[in-house]
Amino acid sequence: MEQALYQYALRLADSSLTMGQRLAEWCGHGPYLEEDVALTNVSLDLIGHAQMFYQIAVDLSGETKTADDLAFLRDAHEFRNPLLTELPRGDFAYTTLKQYFVDVFNLHLYQALSQSNHQPLAQAGKKALMEVKYHLTRSQAWCERLSMSTAEAKQRMQQALDDLWFYTPELFETDEVMRQLADDGVIADYASLKNNWQKQVEALLKKCQLELPASGWVATGGLQGEHSEHLGYMLAEMQFLQRAYPGCEW
Amino acid sequence: MSEMKLYEVFIRAKSGLNHRHVGSLHASDAEMALMNARDVYTRRKEGVSIWVVESKHIAASNPEQEHEWFDPAEDKVYRHPTFYPLDKEVENM
Repeated sequence: MEQALYQYALRLADSSLTMGQRLAEWCGHGPYLEEDVALTNVSLDLIGHAQMFYQIAVDLSGETKTADDLAFLRDAHEFRNPLLTELPRGDFAYTTLKQYFVDVFNLHLYQALSQSNHQPLAQAGKKALMEVKYHLTRSQAWCERLSMSTAEAKQRMQQALDDLWFYTPELFETDEVMRQLADDGVIADYASLKNNWQKQVEALLKKCQLELPASGWVATGGLQGEHSEHLGYMLAEMQFLQRAYPGCEW
Repeated sequence: MSEMKLYEVFIRAKSGLNHRHVGSLHASDAEMALMNARDVYTRRKEGVSIWVVESKHIAASNPEQEHEWFDPAEDKVYRHPTFYPLDKEVENM
């Protein structure tokens, strides 16, 4: 069970780290100064969440590794995030909608985790939940603004939805071990997460008058370490310093 | 960006203190201005409350009238409440 929880902590951490890294790519490229600062604030929150979950993984592993080792010294096939979080940042509509999908997911996830009977998970869930509430306020406000403003903004939001929608089911993938952990009150129940997420997201999409794409290829594989080509490039950049100068600190 | 407006930002550093002007920012409306203010001006735990007001709603005195408006107060020290003794019990005045 410890091994299963270790893998689960990695899934949480890797998801937050890849989201945080993608947002950090906006630093200096935001649509205007205030939004540039806001995007990187959220990025830092997410990297903070990753750090908490990596630390939980380290404590479960019984090895002498550190949180930094897990972030900077694992290769793509060892990452457990869903493909959604590693996708390139795209345009601002794409980043915004992806963030909204993940924020709603995180809201329900951390609400559930803060009730976990595993103390470290419950504490991390509470801390993350507080920050995610603000992330969601922001990303939801932006979804509404963009969808209800100019024709170009609306069209870009619709394009983002078409491109992202079939990456979202992977957020809710579970296996036998995870269902057992959920039954034991350790992790969230992903069936009810999915239910809550769908209700909330579909209500907003309706309000924004965005149309769900009819059908498409559904992404999967991240939880088994089978990633898109994007993750490798991201890690190459993110991990460069530790790979080139092992143990480097500043 | 053409529809962005300028807002002035006021932050209350902690409960009991006044909101103080800290700077300005761009936003399309008050809701966004509040969020931008939170993200730009309270990143280092500078406050517990934010006010924003669109800059155009602030009426300002004319800098060219600075002397005629404010210099007359310069030589009227008797307006400061320093010419009478205070009871010992009064600590903050």
